[in-house]
Amino acid sequence: MDWFYIQGILMLAGINLIAVLGLSLLTGFTGLFSFGHAGFMAIGAYLGAFMTVSPTTSPAGLGLPFAVGVIAGGAGAGIVSYFIGRITLNLKGDYFCIATLGFGEAIRLILNNVQLFGGSRGWPGVPYKSTLPAIIIVDILAVIFLANLVRSRHGRNMIAVREEELAAQIAGINVFKYKMIALVVSAVYAGVAGVFFGHYMTFIQPKMFSMTKSTELTIIVIFGGLGSISGSVLGALLLTALPEILRAFEIWRLVFYGAAVILIMISRPKGLMGGMELTPAGLRKARNERKARILALKESKNGQNGEAGLG
Amino acid sequence: MKRTLMAVAVILTIVLLGCAGGGKGDTIKVGWFGALTGDQAVWGENEFNTVKMLFEEYNNAGGIEVGGKKYKLEAIGYDNKGDAQEAVNVVKRLTGQDKVVAILGPNASGNAIPIAPVLEQAKVPDIATVATNPKVTVLDGKVKPYNFRVCFIDPYQGAVAAGYAFDKLGATKAAILYDVSDDYSQGLREFFKINFEKKGGVIVADESFNAGDVDFRPQLSKIKAANPDIIFMPYFFKEVALSANQARELGITQVMMGGDGWPSEQLISMGGASVEGCYFVNHLDYADPAVQDYKARYLAKYGKETELNGFLVHDAVLVFVAALQKAGKANGEAIAKALEGIEVQGITGNIKISPETHNPEGKDAAILKIVNGQYVFQEKYAAQ
Repeated sequence: MDWFYIQGILMLAGINLIAVLGLSLLTGFTGLFSFGHAGFMAIGAYLGAFMTVSPTTSPAGLGLPFAVGVIAGGAGAGIVSYFIGRITLNLKGDYFCIATLGFGEAIRLILNNVQLFGGSRGWPGVPYKSTLPAIIIVDILAVIFLANLVRSRHGRNMIAVREEELAAQIAGINVFKYKMIALVVSAVYAGVAGVFFGHYMTFIQPKMFSMTKSTELTIIVIFGGLGSISGSVLGALLLTALPEILRAFEIWRLVFYGAAVILIMISRPKGLMGGMELTPAGLRKARNERKARILALKESKNGQNGEAGLG
Repeated sequence: MKRTLMAVAVILTIVLLGCAGGGKGDTIKVGWFGALTGDQAVWGENEFNTVKMLFEEYNNAGGIEVGGKKYKLEAIGYDNKGDAQEAVNVVKRLTGQDKVVAILGPNASGNAIPIAPVLEQAKVPDIATVATNPKVTVLDGKVKPYNFRVCFIDPYQGAVAAGYAFDKLGATKAAILYDVSDDYSQGLREFFKINFEKKGGVIVADESFNAGDVDFRPQLSKIKAANPDIIFMPYFFKEVALSANQARELGITQVMMGGDGWPSEQLISMGGASVEGCYFVNHLDYADPAVQDYKARYLAKYGKETELNGFLVHDAVLVFVAALQKAGKANGEAIAKALEGIEVQGITGNIKISPETHNPEGKDAAILKIVNGQYVFQEKYAAQ
């Protein structure tokens, strides 16, 4: 395979990974499902483009450096998510999910109508700034921040909210606050991913941030395994590359894509890495759990045999 | 464990299959991409079939002579679902892995715009078929070195529609209904509006809907109340048929007009009497003697009628072959150079690629009218 082609896929996977990591905190660790994160990506992409696009083009931007675009995109998405969270985070379960879905679609429809940014015709002329090293650096920073957040007191509180909201509240955890932190962090991640996406494509169009994109992100998180950062990394890499790897099947490739995802979900019902981490400690823990499970299985079999013998 | 092994085996097979392939010395590889799945698959399939058919004909005739040597042409086509992100992936694959010398397609402007930086890195030219957004080839006054096209552009199409409506049909009050979520529709609406107002006409109603809508009655009622002379509907045949039917139900009798999103077998079967007597701007006249041969060959080979895209990709192939022979070598950079200023008699008209804009210069639009369920050619019309 050619490096030029592989590099492109890696860059896309890396960009998806930024958004997926954020969503992993919200869905995997805090237990809130979102089908509107493409909306936050769109906010990031458009704000980022607004900062970096040269003032002489049409639609015009401010012509600032890429770093400003990244910060603005992330911050913008975070601020919007705060207000969205204020309104929707009191909704329980599926209702929150539907609210995010509505939000994502609303963002896209608004952008379709805003002629300032080109409307549905899109915004060409975004500078090509997303390089592979830059994406990898942001990915690494994103993983380190997330891993530390999850292991901190705040992270444990989020996991408690996921496991049993009522119990967490009784234990004195401010459920609303931790849901909010998870939502804002995930939105910032999605916003940054959006900025990188726009500066990789050099062209943004509201159509790119449809519900399909949101579900794609959620599928990657679930496929990788809820509550696992390494699962999100693997999931983003695999699921971004899979449609390209499947090109040999021509028009059947999307059928095979679906079949491959189903096959892997059947063989690993908790996702690729459900609840596990690819760290030395995580692997040790997984091995011990596996041993214990086999032991328990053997014992129960022995027990059954014993009972059968008695009968 | 067995299951995991099975999953790994499946993935490995897939990867290995993906790596397979390779070419011979005397074939020239040409890429094509477009939607073979999704809602635009009709057009994508039609384009790719046409490319394959034409290449087969060239090869059966002994190949193409380039620089004193005969070469066979090989078409490598990929599906991108009509998705911009996949368009970028596919072009990277075509240029990086398959090492094609040129790419034909896509039909959608939203897919043709983001591939420009990839083409520039790989130094491979692309000839778009019906991507009518001006920004496909020219961005902020600078022509993109590797993007070309064989169709007219939205400002031109909008001007033609507005000019014909005002000058020939005598309309002074126009209503517009358009799909706000579609780039093509928004573009055409903008340029129709500008040109119609420049002529001295008035836009009495400017209504929009969103992709996926099936009920247009609220917008149509407003349009009816505004009492226009003509209704401009710049979107695709499915919605055109639905909205036309509903307009007639509401008692709107005015003439409707559209762009190159209209022509399709389905428009007549779905729209029927509702679209009778309506006009649209097209890339060609279906009854033109120049296109009959291609239509017949396509029908004979694939057993169905060609769509509009087929005619344009046919000419894109002609332009590419001419540029290849002019360049004298199978090299993307040389072909891109040769494309500038090349002149080819295509079936959709005389195509002369302007070096300044990479658009075909002076290509006239055809005005078609629907009469008794047939597309009847009115005239070749150039916007003033």
